[in-house]
Amino acid sequence: MVRFLVRRVLFGLLVLWIVSGAVFVLFFVAPHDPARLIAGRLATPQTVALVNHRLGLDRPLPDQYASFIWRLLHGDLGYSYYSSAPVRQLLASRLPVTASLALGGAVLWLVAGIGVGVAAARRPRSLVDRGGAVLMLAGLSMPTFLVGLLLIYFLFFRLHLAGIDLFPPGGYVPLTQDPAGWAQHLLLPWVTLAAVTAATYSRLTRSSMLEVLGEDYIRTARSKGLTEDRVVYRHGLRSALTPVVTQLGVDLGTLLGGVIVTEQVFGLPGLGQLAWQSVTTQDQPVIIGTVLVASAFVVVANLLVDLGYALLDPRVRPS
Amino acid sequence: MTVTAPGQAAADAAAARPGAVQGRGPWRLAWERLRRDPVAVASAVTLVLIAVAAVAAPVVAHAVGHGPDDQYSDIGLTPAGLPVGPSRTFLLGTDNLGRDLLVRILYGARISLLVGVVATLLATVAGVVVGLAAGYLGGLVDVVLARFMDMVLSFPYLLLAIALVSVFGSSLTISMLVIAFFSWAAIGRVVRGQALSIREKEYVEASWSVGSGPLRLMFVDILPNLLAPVLVLATLLVPAAIVFEATLSFLGLGVPPPTPTWGGMLSDSLAFYQVAWWFPLFPGLALLATTLAFNLLGDGVRDALDPTAGRATGGGGR
Amino acid sequence: MAQRAGVTGEVLLRLDGVVKYFPVGRGIFPGRDTGAVHAVDGVSLEVHRGETLGLVGETGSGKSTLARCATRLHTLTAGRVIFDGHDITSLSRRQLRPYRRQLQMVFQDPYGSLNPHRRVGSIIGDPLAVHGVAAGAARRRRVQELMELVGLNPEHYNRFPAEFSGGQRQRVGVARALVLRPRLIVCDEPVSALDVSIRAQILNLLADLQRELDLTYLFISHDLSVVRQVSDRVAVMYLGKLAEVAPTAELYRRPRHPYVAALLSAVPVADPDLADRRERIILAGDPPSPIHPPAGCRFHPRCPKAQPGCVDEAPSLVPRGGDGAEHPAACHFPVEPGEDLAHEHAAIDQPDQEAAGRDRSRVAGGTP
Repeated sequence: MVRFLVRRVLFGLLVLWIVSGAVFVLFFVAPHDPARLIAGRLATPQTVALVNHRLGLDRPLPDQYASFIWRLLHGDLGYSYYSSAPVRQLLASRLPVTASLALGGAVLWLVAGIGVGVAAARRPRSLVDRGGAVLMLAGLSMPTFLVGLLLIYFLFFRLHLAGIDLFPPGGYVPLTQDPAGWAQHLLLPWVTLAAVTAATYSRLTRSSMLEVLGEDYIRTARSKGLTEDRVVYRHGLRSALTPVVTQLGVDLGTLLGGVIVTEQVFGLPGLGQLAWQSVTTQDQPVIIGTVLVASAFVVVANLLVDLGYALLDPRVRPS
Repeated sequence: MTVTAPGQAAADAAAARPGAVQGRGPWRLAWERLRRDPVAVASAVTLVLIAVAAVAAPVVAHAVGHGPDDQYSDIGLTPAGLPVGPSRTFLLGTDNLGRDLLVRILYGARISLLVGVVATLLATVAGVVVGLAAGYLGGLVDVVLARFMDMVLSFPYLLLAIALVSVFGSSLTISMLVIAFFSWAAIGRVVRGQALSIREKEYVEASWSVGSGPLRLMFVDILPNLLAPVLVLATLLVPAAIVFEATLSFLGLGVPPPTPTWGGMLSDSLAFYQVAWWFPLFPGLALLATTLAFNLLGDGVRDALDPTAGRATGGGGR
Repeated sequence: MAQRAGVTGEVLLRLDGVVKYFPVGRGIFPGRDTGAVHAVDGVSLEVHRGETLGLVGETGSGKSTLARCATRLHTLTAGRVIFDGHDITSLSRRQLRPYRRQLQMVFQDPYGSLNPHRRVGSIIGDPLAVHGVAAGAARRRRVQELMELVGLNPEHYNRFPAEFSGGQRQRVGVARALVLRPRLIVCDEPVSALDVSIRAQILNLLADLQRELDLTYLFISHDLSVVRQVSDRVAVMYLGKLAEVAPTAELYRRPRHPYVAALLSAVPVADPDLADRRERIILAGDPPSPIHPPAGCRFHPRCPKAQPGCVDEAPSLVPRGGDGAEHPAACHFPVEPGEDLAHEHAAIDQPDQEAAGRDRSRVAGGTP
């Protein structure tokens, strides 16, 4: 088990190193000119050269790479071109927003997805099942931002017109400041983030569950007189969840995409919005910082998922 | 001297009918099943109509007299400067700059279909090549490629798009490349799995024992047998690609304005939905109709190719 | 069965000390495997021209692996394969091609051995295409000739495998093997996947073809009664090694190896009175894993006659107890005529001895 974990961690570190290399190549080697951007359009060649030198962009590439890695390891992500604030600070200030959104959304989609999936598997061809199939089709066909738009239109605008101001159309309230407000502002974003993925997970759980429920050992459990609930949840769910957990590892990357879009639609000042803004302002250090942090997140999350997988399915643990 | 089998008599009788010995292979049977599936047929027809409409966009623009980028600030906007609703002049209304929404939607269809289909096609070719190599060659090649594909699949694509756009600027090419990048690994993984299992089949062994070389094996025995799941997956990846393109355009990372894109239109409509319901509605409907049709068609294709498969999830990302 | 006409003493296929191991464990670096499956562990065998040599064994005995080594579908770990005097052990694929025309194989699974996307005529004609022997109309004619020969309607040339029954598909497999006029055909359990009623037809077909086309067969099966029907000689494998080889009648009448005797005692007998009187020899335990085969004689953990000497030294395959050269057995203490193994007890510790003893006393005198 330990060897398994060590191997995974090493692989994760390898991936991070490759990503940092790719980021370096993309931003430092590829043809474009940040110095000119910062210096402004009216700058003279001397000013541009000066900026270049200040940024360290005129040094030989291996040098730049070395200092890049060195700074990374020290947690120094540079300074924003746009606001001159340290990138680390910017990221840290926005992290709680994104974390609230992502975690809440993930919990919602897992609970809803797995819940509906199990219910559908227990009653095949029922309303729950067919409804779930329709929802999944809708979920696959709709981009996240469209879901957000619809929710805003129906649950904010329409209700607002009717005088009910239950769901705000955007903005963020910190948890520490006002828990109720925090949840209220995040409700629609959570649903938006979760909706599309929940649909897929419900079908995945359903088909996996159906397969497991058809197995002989389930029949044995039933014939032993265990209640249906116990059979399904205690015996069936554990094995049925393994493909779901596998899928989860893959979807973590896509989760980030959903976060970016949702923050945009609801005006949440999170990392996603920061990333998007930094493209418009060509704020390279921020983009680099965001990409690296996001990749680190994906790697760590994948590691946790692998761990969960090994815990769920004893067969996976190499003995 | 021959040894005949029972049932031969019935088979002989059937063979006596002219044209009866042609034989119906797996593709032919699948096609017939597909033809009889009303949902799949409806979806296919819808897609053909959308494609025709996209191709005919200039014709429609000419007929209505409005180009996709023409801003009619006098008749296309209210005195307050807000979009005008559906009318005789503007069949689906106008957008925030007084442009004809119908014409823009049709031109937007071009982008969506182009990016969706072309990117998926590129991805399919790449995925099949890599997947075949990994599955057939096995060993170290397989391990490396499989790991690589897993890595690619768990990648945050939107972030990648952001990174690329910030360096190279947004364009049609970047959109297509990013989308192809996320699709190919999904196909590659499926192809690899299929190749691995087909490799063990007895008919592959038989071909080998007859003296076939690896190339012949690959093209005659392995490839035709793995095309079916690839076809299903590809059909289901197109809507994912279209959705992704719409997301990119929504965020301003896709094809740059003033080219009309459905995502771009939806993004612009965000500030106006309270006063111009048609502005988000029609592009949204167009997007939904296209992706829904592709998804339903993909489901139909999957059912036609393998009627025994239980109802499972669709493929691809979002 | 007396020596059939057409069976000469000429050796067509010789397997010489064939060894085949499969590495176990997913080592990325091939040197590092955590063990190997000893599928075939030193088998020497000769197949004479015109005969049918039956190769019998249970699952895991290595018979299918041996068959694939003989046709060079596997590369050997050690040993030699000599076909018609030519050593084909290490030939490259290109060098092997001419030999593939003479050495063919019929496979077990009628549903898996035919590519579902190809028409039957194309499948049968494949060898002609691969070796460039005939093309176009000539190929078609030849394929249709063969279809008739194996009992299929030549008009069904364009049909797909899914449109045929299991027995008919197996005929397609046979036709494919025949199309290049081979001299030796390795049949890997050709009837095991077929209904019992169809088996006889296919076996008769194979026998007829052998006569007509002067074929030699290496016939692999786990089913003793089938093997008895078709073979001139029989070789029995256990856990990767040969236990005994003999002409069919002699093997069934006077088996020397306890394993063979036990197998034969389990073959169903049609006469119920005879079946009642017969006593089954129950073997202790399950066949051990081929990754860690037992020391000495591989059968010692289950043999009713096992002695301490069996653990120390592996017996070689030589004639025992005055048998002729055509009847070797690999056993230190072979079965003597008149010996009743059902009441024997091993002289060493065996894993499931207790259980076996109980079973034996319960079962004696009837079939379970």
